[in-house]
Amino acid sequence: MLLVSFSTYIAAVLFLFIMGFIFTTMMDFYSTGGQETTPAVVFFQYFWVPVLFMVPLLTMKSIAEERRLGTLETLLTTPVSTVEVVLGKYFAAYFLYLALWACTGGFFYILHRFAHDTRFMDIGPLAGGFVFVAISGLMFVAMGIFASALSRNQAVAGIISGTLLFTLIVGSNYLPGVELLRNEAMKPVKAAVDYAQIFQHLSDFSHGVVDARQVLFYLSGTVLFLIFSIFSVEVKLLHS
Amino acid sequence: MPEEVTPPPAIEVQNLVKTYAGVTAVNDLSFTVKRGEIIGFLGPNGAGKSTTMRILTGFLPATSGVVNLCGVPVATEPEAIKHLIGYMPENNPLPEDMRVSEYLHYRGRLKEVPRRKLSDRIEEVLELCDLKHVRHRIIGKLSKGFRQRVGIAEAVLAEPPVIIMDEPTIGLDPHQILIVRDLIASLRGRMTVLISSHILPEIEVTCDRVIIINQGRIVASGTPNELRREILGHSAYKLELAGEISVLSAVLAQVEPTLVITSHDEPDATGFRTFHLTTERDDPIGEQLVSALSNDTRFRLRGLAREHPTLEDVFLAATRRSWDMVDTPSKPST
Repeated sequence: MLLVSFSTYIAAVLFLFIMGFIFTTMMDFYSTGGQETTPAVVFFQYFWVPVLFMVPLLTMKSIAEERRLGTLETLLTTPVSTVEVVLGKYFAAYFLYLALWACTGGFFYILHRFAHDTRFMDIGPLAGGFVFVAISGLMFVAMGIFASALSRNQAVAGIISGTLLFTLIVGSNYLPGVELLRNEAMKPVKAAVDYAQIFQHLSDFSHGVVDARQVLFYLSGTVLFLIFSIFSVEVKLLHS
Repeated sequence: MPEEVTPPPAIEVQNLVKTYAGVTAVNDLSFTVKRGEIIGFLGPNGAGKSTTMRILTGFLPATSGVVNLCGVPVATEPEAIKHLIGYMPENNPLPEDMRVSEYLHYRGRLKEVPRRKLSDRIEEVLELCDLKHVRHRIIGKLSKGFRQRVGIAEAVLAEPPVIIMDEPTIGLDPHQILIVRDLIASLRGRMTVLISSHILPEIEVTCDRVIIINQGRIVASGTPNELRREILGHSAYKLELAGEISVLSAVLAQVEPTLVITSHDEPDATGFRTFHLTTERDDPIGEQLVSALSNDTRFRLRGLAREHPTLEDVFLAATRRSWDMVDTPSKPST
């Protein structure tokens, strides 16, 4: 349903537009003076900008729209189960998300082709960045699907997933600074917050450090949100 | 595999009950539908038609009771049931952004129609539903009549033995209703069709049997003719007459003792009133009535006609009757 929908293409164009803008601004910055880090590292530091609007845009329709139109009813009277419907929606959104990110690889190819400067083409951080996007995307898209399963209004679903993502990505960045967490009694909470530092994960991945705990964080989050989505769809069927 | 002597009925519902948060939507419903029959499901809004249909498809779980489709229990084998039904829900939801042929292809794959057979089958249903010239149009831009036919095409696509359609003719113009009605009639004998509708002449023309439900209970079932006889008494007449109405019933009783006046209007400008009469006599008594009334100088007779009660009258009478006896448990009449 994603590929026949007009809004997907608008979202895709918007994504490439903004990523292109970030990349160009970054290149401007590089052209004025030397920098300590490679373009790939800086580029992926802005990953949260597209995540915050792309993930809600791609996922908000998936289940909410089916429920609003009533096509969920026809869908579930064919030989497919709720689990298959949710997983199908999830993987469709995830692969589209990956495909859009893969397009940004073109920016680096163009840079490599025309700059003729191997310093700009640092393969390690680039690959690390894409691996990070792929793994974190698993969980972000699952959060979007979950938000879509909660509401029949796609705008509400979009806002819920945007809020969840913002809290997780940007919010968790500020939480360690909160005075309350310095308290000894809050130590387990502090540990949890430290564990969920998305920007720290990104920086580790960019430096080639793939920590199994971080991968596990995203995988377990994905499974949790998908299970919640399946429950949410089924519970609403029972009470419809 | 041993051949069964008598195949199980297409739809078998026993003591079906469904309650939502304390409200009983379906109350002890039992009925059986033979293979190849077209059944009309009638009832006022909120009678439990849609709920019953959703339970039949396995979409909603029942509170209690047994539902078998072609001998397969819905409650324990939902996966098998989904291969046996074609379902078109109320308001016929369709994805707005897809093209007709794309949609049918997608649904065909979902319903596990083999890929080799699918394109031939799509051609067939497009032909059947007269959709060939809109096959490349986007569904969201089609008119209501076409959308409805897309819904029917989708329901019959996988050639399921049981088709369940919730109000397939809602919101259509008379011409489109005719097309949809012919379409449903063309399925007769090949598939078992259960349709619900408000448009009663529809049901009357298309269906072999009618089940009228109200407040979750069956209030009447049978062929349209059986229902008429059972619910409305045998014959009805319409009489236009002026004169002394106080002695009319006595005169009528002389002609036929069971003849009673069920209702009458206020006199119009020329003093004539319209009376509705019913009698238990099945054979026509119009001639006796005319001679008795026209020879009587107290009356001036303008018209007499035998009435053909429509299913609408049956429906109204049956649902009214069930409201009157809402506290007493009703039993299905056949």
